[in-house]
Amino acid sequence: MQTTNDEKLKLLETMLTIRAFEEKAGELFQKNMIPGFIHLSIGQEASAAGTCSVLRTDDYLATTHRGHGHMIAKGADLRRMFAELFGRSTGYCRGKGGSMHIADFSTGFLGANGVVGGGFPLIVGAGLSIKLRNSDQVGVVFFGDGAANRGTFHEACNMAAVFKLPVVFVCENNRYASTTPADNMLAGGSVAGRACAYGIPGVSVDGNDVLAVRAAAAEAVARARGGKGPSILENRTYRYRGHYEGDPQKYRSKDEIQSAAETDDPIERFRRRLLSEDVLTEDLEKRLHKEIAARIEAAVQFGLEAPEPQPAEAFEDLYVNP
Amino acid sequence: MPDRELTCTQAMCEALEEEMQRDDTVFIIGEDLVAHGGIFGQFTGLPEKFPGRIIDTPISETCLVGGGVGAALTGMRPVVDMHFADFVTTAMDEIVNQMAKIRYMLGGQVRIPMVLWAPDGGGLSAAAQHSQSLESWFVHVPGLKVVVPSEPADVKGLLKAAIRDDDPVVFFQHKRLFAQSGPVPDGEYIIPIGRADVKRPGRDITVLTYSRMTYHSLEAAERLAADGIEAEVVDLRTLKPLDFDTITRSVQKTHKVLIAHEAWRTGGFGAELAARIGEELFDELDAPVTRIGAQDVPIPFSPVLENTVLPQVEDIVNGIRKVLYG
Repeated sequence: MQTTNDEKLKLLETMLTIRAFEEKAGELFQKNMIPGFIHLSIGQEASAAGTCSVLRTDDYLATTHRGHGHMIAKGADLRRMFAELFGRSTGYCRGKGGSMHIADFSTGFLGANGVVGGGFPLIVGAGLSIKLRNSDQVGVVFFGDGAANRGTFHEACNMAAVFKLPVVFVCENNRYASTTPADNMLAGGSVAGRACAYGIPGVSVDGNDVLAVRAAAAEAVARARGGKGPSILENRTYRYRGHYEGDPQKYRSKDEIQSAAETDDPIERFRRRLLSEDVLTEDLEKRLHKEIAARIEAAVQFGLEAPEPQPAEAFEDLYVNP
Repeated sequence: MPDRELTCTQAMCEALEEEMQRDDTVFIIGEDLVAHGGIFGQFTGLPEKFPGRIIDTPISETCLVGGGVGAALTGMRPVVDMHFADFVTTAMDEIVNQMAKIRYMLGGQVRIPMVLWAPDGGGLSAAAQHSQSLESWFVHVPGLKVVVPSEPADVKGLLKAAIRDDDPVVFFQHKRLFAQSGPVPDGEYIIPIGRADVKRPGRDITVLTYSRMTYHSLEAAERLAADGIEAEVVDLRTLKPLDFDTITRSVQKTHKVLIAHEAWRTGGFGAELAARIGEELFDELDAPVTRIGAQDVPIPFSPVLENTVLPQVEDIVNGIRKVLYG
């Protein structure tokens, strides 16, 4: 597919924003400023940016506990995201969801999910809803390699396929399901390969090549929007941080992480490419970094200044009609 | 009193037809619905009247219920047919962690106007995996509403209310009551969720009951009336939200309480009722609150064994006598 220079710069900006957000979140978590636990997507930015670059605001997106990047790429407000991570009243979920349940329905972002594989049925339902309303929206669900072994994956792929739902299943195979190597647990060795059982396209993608991700997503989304049914995409990528912040990561070596970061970083790869194509200049790059840093700083500030919820708010938002 | 009688199944069907007529976003989804109008014939006629809006799915209960949640999140009002209430176990994550919690977790950004329709109860020799009454599991989880009607008019009025409700409702209907008939008002007839109904007034004892045990309790009350005992039968109809005002008024009148439900006695909804009455109405009580429920074994197949395990009219009669006379 064609990608204009502006679109390329936008992809870079989205990836840089995700990384800056995640690094800042990790830093604040270290300082005990974020309660609970958080799961960062550093190293996986191309998957989020490339996929979401072909979605409309009214397309639906469901994701996992590692969902900050997807949410940013779908267009969420960084300020309200940080406010939510801090558990504040003006956060996206009024401090009731936190990182693992963060959502923004105004951008079609149906939410992160604390249950691995919890997003599959939801996106099938969204797809069914789209079909029943004769809308031309599309639903996308991100999931990890671990979730591909949940029964919900099979049920959802089968149901989406038999109903020809406008849905795209996007696996982010980051090589580890929590602390377990994906290869040890994935019969057949590939998530995309499972698509043939459902008679739908399954495409394995270099998930650290943002343009490759974008191209595969564009095809799958066009197929879904055109009424031809679902697809499975498998973005092969790598996460640099632990499953959660504070994960001792005994399941892999520091060398492995360092080597991945040095040789296959999605942002560095794309940056070099844009420099060589003269789409990006050093000046522009500096400006981009500066702007993003300022936005992140302002967002953190907004979050820190946001009011704590009143205790009585614990009893709000349960029922529409109590 | 309306001059026509319908069965619970007909009342249900009428409610669905009226609501589907009224609102394009209402649809029914489940297994084996279209060819025969559902395995109990509960949707007879609807597939023809609303083509494409009664949807058969693969045998994938997890995705069926979760799909209902996803559809409700995105502008539809699904009625999800659970096939048998016992099969909720195959979709517990979707019910407990998604359907019940999403609105709250997301800080009220969304509504989940969804009905999970679950035919429950025993008395059909359907044995242990097709005969349970599991309502107390769902009462326990914040975010759900739980409806347990008995008579056909209540089925109609409450189902219409449940479909229009913007919150997720688990709607149990007892399989042995499908053929039960009774007067049902024509057209617009809504019973608000959360209101109990005194099915028979009485001064001597309050029988708190719901679903099929309402009929058992009414029969028990009838038998005892011959001995001059006037039992007040309160059909709770909704367990969550609970109409504790109606319970309070009745207990203030009778000062004695028997609870009768078909669910297992241990950890059943009766335990919650007894605890709350003890906490809030202790001074009103002249006798310990007593519970009738199924015995603590799986529901057996043999009619002899099943009748031994499930509460019978005789058990309620004896229970009332025990509360009154010790």
